[in-house]
Amino acid sequence: MEIDPFIFRLSIFILSIFIGYYVVWSVTPSLHTPLMSVTNAISSVIIVGAIIAGLAGNSENFFTISNILGFLAIFLAAVNIFGGFLVTQRMLKMYKKKKKDK
Amino acid sequence: MSANLSAIFYLISGVLFILALRGLSSPETSRQGNFFGILGMAIAITVTFLSVGSFSSGLIYVVIFLLIGGLIGAFIAYKIPMTAMPELVAGFHSLVGLSAVLVAVSAFLNPEVFNLGSPGSIKLASLIEMSIGAAVGAITFSGSVIAFLKLQGIMSGSPITFKGQHFFNALLLTSIIILTYLLCTTQSSNFFWMMLAISFLIGFLLIIPIGGADMPVVISMLNSYSGWAAAGIGFTLENSALIITGALVGSSGAILSYIMCKGMNRSFFNVILGGFGAKEQSSSSAGKEQRPVKSGNAEDAAFLMKNASSVIIVPGYGMAVAQAQHALREMVDTLKKNDIKVTYAIHPVAGRMPGHMNVLLAEANVPYDEVFELEEINNDFANADVAFVIGANDVTNPAAKNDPQSPIYGMPVLDVEKCKSVLFVKRSLSPGYAGIDNDLFYKENTLMLFADAKKMTEDITKNL
Repeated sequence: MEIDPFIFRLSIFILSIFIGYYVVWSVTPSLHTPLMSVTNAISSVIIVGAIIAGLAGNSENFFTISNILGFLAIFLAAVNIFGGFLVTQRMLKMYKKKKKDK
Repeated sequence: MSANLSAIFYLISGVLFILALRGLSSPETSRQGNFFGILGMAIAITVTFLSVGSFSSGLIYVVIFLLIGGLIGAFIAYKIPMTAMPELVAGFHSLVGLSAVLVAVSAFLNPEVFNLGSPGSIKLASLIEMSIGAAVGAITFSGSVIAFLKLQGIMSGSPITFKGQHFFNALLLTSIIILTYLLCTTQSSNFFWMMLAISFLIGFLLIIPIGGADMPVVISMLNSYSGWAAAGIGFTLENSALIITGALVGSSGAILSYIMCKGMNRSFFNVILGGFGAKEQSSSSAGKEQRPVKSGNAEDAAFLMKNASSVIIVPGYGMAVAQAQHALREMVDTLKKNDIKVTYAIHPVAGRMPGHMNVLLAEANVPYDEVFELEEINNDFANADVAFVIGANDVTNPAAKNDPQSPIYGMPVLDVEKCKSVLFVKRSLSPGYAGIDNDLFYKENTLMLFADAKKMTEDITKNL
């Protein structure tokens, strides 16, 4: 009997939760705010679904409700992706070590 | 691009996201980590374009929306002040939630595109996954909007409660499950819309009873929800990048909520059930008595610090409100010139979101290796000469250790009272967020400095 592909996706999901658990515990507490902003940015990978929805259908009529919802979702996710990564970058740049001389 | 090849690329971007989080284990590797995250995102987006293949004129619109969104996001990222990070993150969570809902609705209306069957006969598993993604996305959206409004101060931070609230919420949650079941058996879209509407309502109702002091937990919790919503959509789209990311973000948010709850010594359910700030205020006014306090001015403070050999700074959110972090760093620079050892002690809930205070100090050019977490520094207070508490209150309250009646009893606190002398910059004797009196104010070795944090710090620097 063949295994349903769903089981494989479920395996990825469960294992990723464990990876997330151990990786996040190793994040230093001083970087918890950048952690939140970067997780925010990466969860916007949901944009892949939005792009599929936005590009769906034939070229004559790409303004179905489903397409428009896709466009909106692309817009929202894009705000998040650029905003999330750039604000993280900005924060991380501020973390400096003590200067050697003093 | 073949489906198998794109699946491999999605897997690669999932792994890059893991590396992005891994990089945050130390500030040195963190920037590289962020780069991995960006790379992973770029791969995922490119592969999606290539796998759709049909470059219809819709493509132009996709690119336009992508660019407009990107520009707005970049603009916000550069403009936002660091004190407003909690609002920003709450706002961003709402966007993730809403886009999850939009994608789910789009997939529901046009399932052929996503290989999920045809309208009216969508595959059962897909229907369940879609419903979960949409429901959690909707809860994330409306919950984050409320959190944003509360943090912005547009909505009062005090908890809003009504009779039978928990029963009502439980009823709504049950109805979502029932509606999803009906949706699966009948395929009628009406049930889908009803479920979605109730989910929006639940997100709203879940957050209104939670007080302003608990916002760090709420933000972390919504972070977690946004992850689970993404994972739900990931199952629908059979996309491993989304599933991996969703699981990562979901567990990350859950861990942060746990850390925040522990920092306040409150159980997660206690926070969720809400109503913290409201009842404490009554208890503070009940046991009010006049006790003598020693108050001083900037000169006294400067004298104490000049004669110290080590000073520990305890910053709290009040410091950020007064915008005193730059003035504080200047004071510390002057102290260091006089060969006084200065360190910073950060309580887990010092800011309004996890790690917030560290960012604020980093912005003021405080080197991160002078900043210590509670467990790392708590033993040093006994050997330090001066503790300089600026804008913090509850996190130093010894009642958490020795008064079982206190509402904050059991909460981990900084052992400030063990210092030889304590300087307390505060505007008045008013209680902090938890609404309780602080014994530390009346201690023999405490000197209260009643002033605006920024002005006081500047005055001390002048007197050093």
